[in-house]
Amino acid sequence: MPEVTVENVHKSFGALEVLKGVSLSVERGEVFALIGRSGSGKSTLLRCMNGLEKINSGRIEIAGHTLAGDAKALRSLRTDVGIVFQSYNLFPHLTVGENIMLAPRIVKGVAKADTLKIAREVLQLVGLSEKFDSYPDQLSGGQQQRVAIARSLAMRPKVMLFDEVTSALDPELTEEVLMVMEKLARDGMTMILVTHEMAFARRVATKTIFMHKGTIWEQGPSTELFANPQTPELRQFVKAEVR
Amino acid sequence: MTLRTFGFNEFGFLLQALQWTIVLTVIALIGGGLLGFAVALARTSHVKAVRFAAGTYIQVIQGIPVLMILFLSYYGLSLAGLELPPLVAAGASMTIYASGYLAEIWRGCIQAVPKQQWEASESLAMTRLQQYRYVILPQAIRISLPPTVGFAVQVVKNTSITSIIGFVELARAGQLINNATFQPFRVFIAVAVLYFVVCYPLSQLSRWLERRLHAGSNR
Ligand SMILES: Nc1ncnc2c1ncn2[C@@H]1O[C@H](COP(=O)(O)OP(=O)(O)O)[C@@H](O)[C@H]1O
Ligand SMILES: [Mg+2]
Repeated sequence: MPEVTVENVHKSFGALEVLKGVSLSVERGEVFALIGRSGSGKSTLLRCMNGLEKINSGRIEIAGHTLAGDAKALRSLRTDVGIVFQSYNLFPHLTVGENIMLAPRIVKGVAKADTLKIAREVLQLVGLSEKFDSYPDQLSGGQQQRVAIARSLAMRPKVMLFDEVTSALDPELTEEVLMVMEKLARDGMTMILVTHEMAFARRVATKTIFMHKGTIWEQGPSTELFANPQTPELRQFVKAEVR
Repeated sequence: MTLRTFGFNEFGFLLQALQWTIVLTVIALIGGGLLGFAVALARTSHVKAVRFAAGTYIQVIQGIPVLMILFLSYYGLSLAGLELPPLVAAGASMTIYASGYLAEIWRGCIQAVPKQQWEASESLAMTRLQQYRYVILPQAIRISLPPTVGFAVQVVKNTSITSIIGFVELARAGQLINNATFQPFRVFIAVAVLYFVVCYPLSQLSRWLERRLHAGSNR
């Protein structure tokens, strides 16, 4: 059974239809890249997958949960689905360690000693062990983003969603974040990432999806898709992105 | 009646009355704080009817003079057969007054926390209560310190209005002493100085907090 199934999903904001019947299916351990012009609906699709946006019709199954209206079921889904945003969104009043330990403790009821162990482990994974007691505003953007990834991982998610997580970063800092994501992919995490890093998508994503005007315009194994775009829209997009 | 002069005893009387001004301020801030906090939360509720009720409360309180709140709680309730001691009537009306303004100040502070903080905490599967408790309020409280302390200055000064129903706080004490001494200039300068001595440090504190907040650190 696929880890993520999206079936004929429609989503509108008022009169504006942003997703016009999107379907996709991701197997466990696969990495999907979502690419496409700004405004094509990539973020909206991602946000629908963890219930931050409500879909108008269609079906989404993710990490063994079916997305539905009920708040409790939604929270249960979210313990298994992590999301990382472009703007890091760390909690500024908490240290790095506290940022990471908060949700496991209050949401999952993990014992304090265990949350400490988890925090050390995920911080090591993102290469920031020495920042445990720092506050977010003492870190670079790249470090903050790695902490945000660590914070998500501390919930032991089955699926990770990434929404342009390097778009706010300088090139050097982008690299350190991408390395963390690549490591995650190699360790078998199921991932869906919206990205403008075409080289990264080609190298790391098993499959790439090109979204255009709220639909999946073209999709395929990443290497093939980039080497051999079928539609003029994708050809033009790839040409513009890989200047 | 012999005319007294404004001396040490009279000043002592003013100091005593100042204590009542402070007591009344503290009552207003605690009572109004609790009530205002509840209203502020209601104002940011997901339930439209709750939001609307809280909004109406704030608008009504802010839309009528403090004096009317005072008269309504003092004369209104005594007409209804409830004889309120001046301290209770004064405390209740200052509480209601403060709640309306604190609710609005704090609503603004809660909404000043970026919506991404809601999304991040929601995505970590927190309940709405947990989001408030661990993520939103700690940040909102920091933002709220300067305007809240600033508002406390307004409360200190506005307690003078309760002199009208015979509650002897600083302003009323000034009137009484003036009636006995008929040295209005001296008396009311002394009263003004006492208000200033309380309010000035608060204003400075508020400005200092404000500067610290703007210095950018988020903790
Ligand atoms: N909360 C919202 N309310 C109204 N319109 C929105 C909202 N979020 C996104 N949109 C609109 O939906 C469209 C798709 O946005 P988005 O999913 O963010 O695209 P992308 O991530 O591909 O740039 C855009 O036209 C955007 O303006
Ligand atoms: Mg986007």
